[in-house]
Amino acid sequence: MRDNGAASDMTGMAPQAAGSGAGDVLLSVEDLHVQFHTSRGIVRAVEGVSYQVRAGEVLAIVGESGCGKSVSSLAVMGLLAKPAGRVTQGRILFDGRDLLTLSDEQMREIRGRDIAMIFQEPMTSLNPVLPIGLQITEPLTIHLKMDEAAARARAIELLKMVGITDPERRLEQYPHQFSGGMRQRVMIAIGLACNPKLIIADEPTTALDVTIQAQILELMKDLSRRLNIALVLITHNLGVVARYADRVNVMYAARIVEQGSADDVFHRPRHPYAMGLLRSVPRLDRPRGERLETIEGLPPNLLAPPEGCRFAARCPFRLDACEADPALAEIEPGHSAACHRAAEIAAGTLTAPPPPPLPVRGEAAASAADARPILEVAGLKKYFEVSRSTGLFSRVQGEVRAVNDISFTVQRGETLGLVGESGCGKTTVGRLILRLEDPTGGAIRFEGEDIAGKSAAELRAFRRKIQVIFQDPYSSLNPRMTVGQIIAEPLSVYRLVPSARAAKERVAELLTQVGLFPYMAERYPHEMSGGQRQRIGIARALAMEPEFIVCDEPVSALDVSIQGQIINLLEDLQARLGLTYLFIAHDLAVVRHISTRVAVMYLGRIMELADRDTIYADPRHPYTRALLDAAPVPDPTIEKARAPRTLQGELPSPLNPPTGCVFHTRCPLADDGCRRTVPEPREIAPGRLVACLKV
Amino acid sequence: MLRYATKRVLLMIPTLLGVAVLIFFMLRVVPGDIVEVKLRGDGGNPTQETIEAERKRLGLDKPIVVQFADWMVGLVTLDLGKSMWTEQPVVEEIGGRLGLSFQVAIMATLIAVLIAIPLGTASALFKDTLVDYFIRIVTIGGMAVPSFWFGMLIIIALLYLFNWLPPITYTPIWVDPIANLSQLIWPALAVGYRYAAVVARMVRSSIIEVMKEDYIRTARAKGVYEKLVVARHAMRNAMLPAITVIGLEFAFLIGGLVVTEQVFNLNGIGRLFVQAVGKSDFTLIQGLVMLIATVFVVTNLVVDLLYAALDPRIRYGGR
Repeated sequence: MRDNGAASDMTGMAPQAAGSGAGDVLLSVEDLHVQFHTSRGIVRAVEGVSYQVRAGEVLAIVGESGCGKSVSSLAVMGLLAKPAGRVTQGRILFDGRDLLTLSDEQMREIRGRDIAMIFQEPMTSLNPVLPIGLQITEPLTIHLKMDEAAARARAIELLKMVGITDPERRLEQYPHQFSGGMRQRVMIAIGLACNPKLIIADEPTTALDVTIQAQILELMKDLSRRLNIALVLITHNLGVVARYADRVNVMYAARIVEQGSADDVFHRPRHPYAMGLLRSVPRLDRPRGERLETIEGLPPNLLAPPEGCRFAARCPFRLDACEADPALAEIEPGHSAACHRAAEIAAGTLTAPPPPPLPVRGEAAASAADARPILEVAGLKKYFEVSRSTGLFSRVQGEVRAVNDISFTVQRGETLGLVGESGCGKTTVGRLILRLEDPTGGAIRFEGEDIAGKSAAELRAFRRKIQVIFQDPYSSLNPRMTVGQIIAEPLSVYRLVPSARAAKERVAELLTQVGLFPYMAERYPHEMSGGQRQRIGIARALAMEPEFIVCDEPVSALDVSIQGQIINLLEDLQARLGLTYLFIAHDLAVVRHISTRVAVMYLGRIMELADRDTIYADPRHPYTRALLDAAPVPDPTIEKARAPRTLQGELPSPLNPPTGCVFHTRCPLADDGCRRTVPEPREIAPGRLVACLKV
Repeated sequence: MLRYATKRVLLMIPTLLGVAVLIFFMLRVVPGDIVEVKLRGDGGNPTQETIEAERKRLGLDKPIVVQFADWMVGLVTLDLGKSMWTEQPVVEEIGGRLGLSFQVAIMATLIAVLIAIPLGTASALFKDTLVDYFIRIVTIGGMAVPSFWFGMLIIIALLYLFNWLPPITYTPIWVDPIANLSQLIWPALAVGYRYAAVVARMVRSSIIEVMKEDYIRTARAKGVYEKLVVARHAMRNAMLPAITVIGLEFAFLIGGLVVTEQVFNLNGIGRLFVQAVGKSDFTLIQGLVMLIATVFVVTNLVVDLLYAALDPRIRYGGR
């Protein structure tokens, strides 16, 4: 698919072997400062950032949201939002020219021709009303003055190069006829159109599933190597950095805090932030720690950043000297860090603080050793009717089998992790257990009682016991209610407190329980950070004193350092209150960290279910293996030694699922039997289910 | 596309049928009928027999269901009956004025679109500059000033500046275009100003919205000329909401220009409607309601088809 040799027959494009750092300096950013003028003041989004990119090199810029990694790259492109954003200082030398001194028209000539950019959201980055063909040929006709026929021929060649089959027909289609992964391939084709010298990819795979992410990144790496294109990869995913980057910039609060080769930064981090980041990410390549380490606190507000080192407030090695700004200084050739104590860290005299203590098991948890499962799901089905009109008043009735015959149990006090790619039905399972959806079939026994067919009135008592924490802390809290009102609402609805005063006390207690402060009850959600909002969501769920909480991707919208804090909080609460979780997520490492047992879903079915350590150490189902294989781990040595073994193809449409085993279209082991027979989950060892004919 | 269009056309039938049922029975529920208005109108004191005889002559004595059935049969054959007041066929009553109303509506729409799109676009692209402030003042003015009052200003201005008044008798455009236009351009302008203001504000806000979209950033990252970014990438997306507003306003103009028609002394549909209601002329009211409903439904159809033409997601029934 990827190695169709299209590169070699492009005119004037001799494939070059490019080693890391072999080429000349292509892009040199020197002391870049970017400011945004907002109604609340000046945001210093980028301050004194300097870095170089050489021809054919992959530079990764990592950092958490708001650290300035995207803004610094938009400044290179001359695409800062006008008039709010402006470069106030610095130089951006590209191919010998200072881009900041160029006119708008000169800058336009460079964009898309010499520097291309690929954005995060493939779903919205293509114009919905223009055909793909026009969107690909546009830079060709504008920059290279190609005529329509030549541009079309080149577009077909580009689509082939990025692995899109049937390109002639695809050119006439519109973005909504492509899947997310395919759209990102189209974006890459647009980026490659004029043979740029540099591609800036801003979180190119963040919106994609892990198996698709691997496909896209392998494609980008492959093409950039073959065509000798330098790549700036902006990401928050350390595993992606480890696998693909030659050099790494770590950014924190508008500055670069560490800079070096991927090996240096991952194996010998010298800045406490980089160290903390690497420690706090749950990892698949290391034994699971009892407790996730975190970087406590929040990044500073860039409207009024603190004096001196920006990280000092969260740093375990803080000194008085940290009140002065540390300069980015070279510790060893090609490896710099902006820390006063970098030399001590390098010498190994400073060691990381001990991990936080284990949660103390409460009495509630102790009594939870009850053999009877708290939740038992048997043969659960949810089919969504979809109708597509094919003619005048005639419709094809279709069915999306979002959840297709799923059975599992959850023991009191444990966490069952439910993983799978988008569209696999994991969220629907959660919604069915919450009875936000009516099941098509099957039973949901909660504490022995079947709630699958109960009416809304009968469910009232259960609603108290089963609560939910949603994914998006930004949209799941009513913006017109204060934090206190949000948390107190279930208290008054279910009359759990006798008076308004008691409600207030309970809210204060709940806020403290989730690591917030009682005075925050007066605030509105928009005044809180993402992590704090997720804590509010947890407090709201806890207000009902539930026994069972469905956590639907509760940390996927959060930054790594915040994610760890929330996971630890969830674990603490579980230990203290004896809660049971159904933890729905797509991040395998996070699921491994928090779960007792793990179920892997694909297209509405459970493929494999086992206890955590078994499933990660010895995955049996080919899909589980592929998933684990596709997730890069934050270790450049492991990642660079690993051959690309990406799972081919896309998730089939749930409207028209494959016959037999739903995974057979992408499975390396599939044969005729798999195409005919639906494999039933079999117990291959006690407590271990696998739905595969080949196991 | 053709299938989509046919389907939309057929879906108009139940809508219109619903309107027909509603208007027919609503008129019969309201007390008072045309016979009373006719015979008692000038202080006359008719006998009960006279009233009954008149009712019988107009067919109002038949059971409601029969009246309804008669009317429905008429509707299907496009015979809307006779006006109960003038005894003229309703089709003729309406037909005589429809041309005028349509012409004013179309001219006002043209004026509005020609003014609104450039104005709204300029306002959006030069957001928060003097250009934008000026255009916003002009458009807010257009929405605040009632059309009839603006119309009166126009008449006064014409009188003062040129000592001339527009003709008061309607001449069809194919008979004498100059006489026709010199009468109808003024009301079209008066109405078109407000219309343009509404559309311009819609265009402005929707272009501002679209210019923030990711695909605009993509277009710029490709090095597309800024003019082309606006014309090719932004306008088509931004036009979608504007088309809805244009359609709704156009449909409104057919029957809604009651006061403006009065100011310019035009014999349009709006005026006819007021007269019909004043006299409880059931058949005429019914005919007019059906006409206006049809205009609305057809305009909506045209809007939907334009949407489909502009947006492939609708054309191909995607998400």
